[in-house]
Amino acid sequence: MKNLKDLLKEEELFSSGHRACAGCGEVLAARQVLLASKKPIVCAMPTGCLEIVSTIFPHTAWQVPMFHSAFENAAATISGIEAAYQVLSRKGKINKKIYFIAFGGDGGTYDIGFQALSGAIERRHSFLYVCTDNQAYMNTGIQRSSATPQFAHTTTSPKGEKLPGKLQPRKDIMEIIIAHEVPYAAQTTVAFFQDLVRKVEKAQSYDGPTFINILVPCPLGWGHLPSLTIEISRLAVETNFWPLYEYENGVYRLTYQPSQSKPLTEWLKLQGRFAHLFEEKNKHLLEEFQKYVNEKYQKLLKKCELSAK
Amino acid sequence: MILAKTGNEAIAYAMKQINPDVVAAYPITPATEIVQIFSSYVADGIVDTEFIAVESEHSAMSACIAAAASGARAMTATSSQGLALMHEMLFIASGLRLPIVLCVVNRSLSSPLNIHCDHTDSLASRDSGWIQIFCEDAQEAYDTTICAVKIAEKALLPVMITIDGFIISHCMQKIEVLPDEEVKSFIGEYKPNYNLLDVENPITLGPACLPDSFFEHKRAQAEGMNQALTCIEKVFKEYKERFDRELPILEEYQTEDAEVAIICMGSTAGTSKVAVNNLRKKGYRVGLFKLRVFRPIVVKYLQRTLRNIKILGILERMEGLSAFGGPLFNEIRSVLYDEIKRPITVSYVYGLGGREITPEEIEEIFLELLSLKNKKRKSIEKFKYINVR
Repeated sequence: MKNLKDLLKEEELFSSGHRACAGCGEVLAARQVLLASKKPIVCAMPTGCLEIVSTIFPHTAWQVPMFHSAFENAAATISGIEAAYQVLSRKGKINKKIYFIAFGGDGGTYDIGFQALSGAIERRHSFLYVCTDNQAYMNTGIQRSSATPQFAHTTTSPKGEKLPGKLQPRKDIMEIIIAHEVPYAAQTTVAFFQDLVRKVEKAQSYDGPTFINILVPCPLGWGHLPSLTIEISRLAVETNFWPLYEYENGVYRLTYQPSQSKPLTEWLKLQGRFAHLFEEKNKHLLEEFQKYVNEKYQKLLKKCELSAK
Repeated sequence: MILAKTGNEAIAYAMKQINPDVVAAYPITPATEIVQIFSSYVADGIVDTEFIAVESEHSAMSACIAAAASGARAMTATSSQGLALMHEMLFIASGLRLPIVLCVVNRSLSSPLNIHCDHTDSLASRDSGWIQIFCEDAQEAYDTTICAVKIAEKALLPVMITIDGFIISHCMQKIEVLPDEEVKSFIGEYKPNYNLLDVENPITLGPACLPDSFFEHKRAQAEGMNQALTCIEKVFKEYKERFDRELPILEEYQTEDAEVAIICMGSTAGTSKVAVNNLRKKGYRVGLFKLRVFRPIVVKYLQRTLRNIKILGILERMEGLSAFGGPLFNEIRSVLYDEIKRPITVSYVYGLGGREITPEEIEEIFLELLSLKNKKRKSIEKFKYINVR
């Protein structure tokens, strides 16, 4: 596995000078994935923050082929590229192994691009799908997606006199992807770069469709200081909100276990989107949220235990 | 070689000979057969194609776009709702100047649901930047599918070829096909200037363009469509020279001395020829224009031929829902506006949702048009419907 020293020697394929906000977790993920990836690669991405900040004509941050087509079709797009690669290889017009990566935000993955993703995975195209999950539609101004956690304030699930932010828990995309019987799926976040790198390497050791969900803090959308991106990413793991785990050939495995789990409030209190939960009247919601995280974590531990070989 | 083929089979046969690199498609009546037949060519190893059985038409067009951008020759087929679902991607295909060929089997658009022929689906895509060529019968569909590949790659624009749902798609006709190797040599290799799989020369495709550059991209794209007719003419000319097959852009039938004429697209042209013959036998000077190329608008062809007609019936297999006729009616009138001598035009909406149109009904249209000869332009009722209760 590549360590930090090795990575520093790698050529930067996502160059500086892009237009992302200070503290953007998404571009960190893109950069880390590209550094970790086998080469050569061809990438696709949907419409969204990543596209807007990296490809304002005539500039591009991408030092690898990158195709942005539409919002809901990153997976269909990578299907078409990969199909072209298969046939052109068969015809002898391409004579090298190429790896394919699609990047999608949570909106382009959990919601509008979900059908295309399910289809592409079912068809067993050879690609890695990376979801850069910042838990809302940030590019359009912080609207709720099905990845938004319960109780988070967004501009379409605002906290109000009556409602405490989003009412529903987030969609468990990992379980849905795993239900497609992919060889490899994993969840990670930008604070744990070694975990992320290892997961990219593992995913690319499989030919079939693989999936990595990367939690990427968004200072603007989450309401935190840009300097806290890594801290918040780490706390999401240490509070068990975002356990680091992988699913490989039917086996669930935690890839990091905090020696002692921190209370969820440690993560929540740094984020403006959860500020209302700390009002006296919402105390019970904090408890409910903690209970939900605990139960979800226990379920995951159970899956790890039951599937262990 | 002479074969008995339905319209769908003729297109599938042409696709087999084209041997595209990637076909991504989703089933929809009445176009399903095309990809069904084609997938059997894949299963039997007759073609080299990578066939992607996608989960929607949106993904079908998305995958074709991605494949074409990756240096592969890409084709698909659809109808109606499928084309409507592709709508967003049609603009992206043309905006990226990707030479994809799409075979549309014309069918009405819901609601109400109906699986039969009218032209609403492709006409509703008229502003998407695709070349659109309508075919009268299976033979034209076969020949045009082959030419479409070459036109698309010459013009760097995607091409839609259409046949009438069921009327042509499921009707068996005698067609003459070319030998495989002739088709192969005619279409040649697809060699795009840039492609995504050229990893040594990475490109970013589909960037965001702000107000400082978006307009220039669109202006350049418009220039592509302005030049498209020349590409079509060249390809049809070459096809004729090589295979002795005439592929018209605007076919004229008995129009030389015609006082009144109708213009239409698709299979109705065949029906209209019967009506013209019947009336000619009775001494009426009537004629037919069969418009094949709907996009680009073939201004010079329309102006040159239509200005000599006194009264023109514009047969439109679409209800434009505009309170002033459909696109064919409005565009032809607009093209004629600058002509000093120009025909009176009457819109006839017909055949929606597969309603049949007969030679007798077309004869009646001609007789009605003839009866308008001495009437004042402004007093003539412009919007007519054929065979609707």
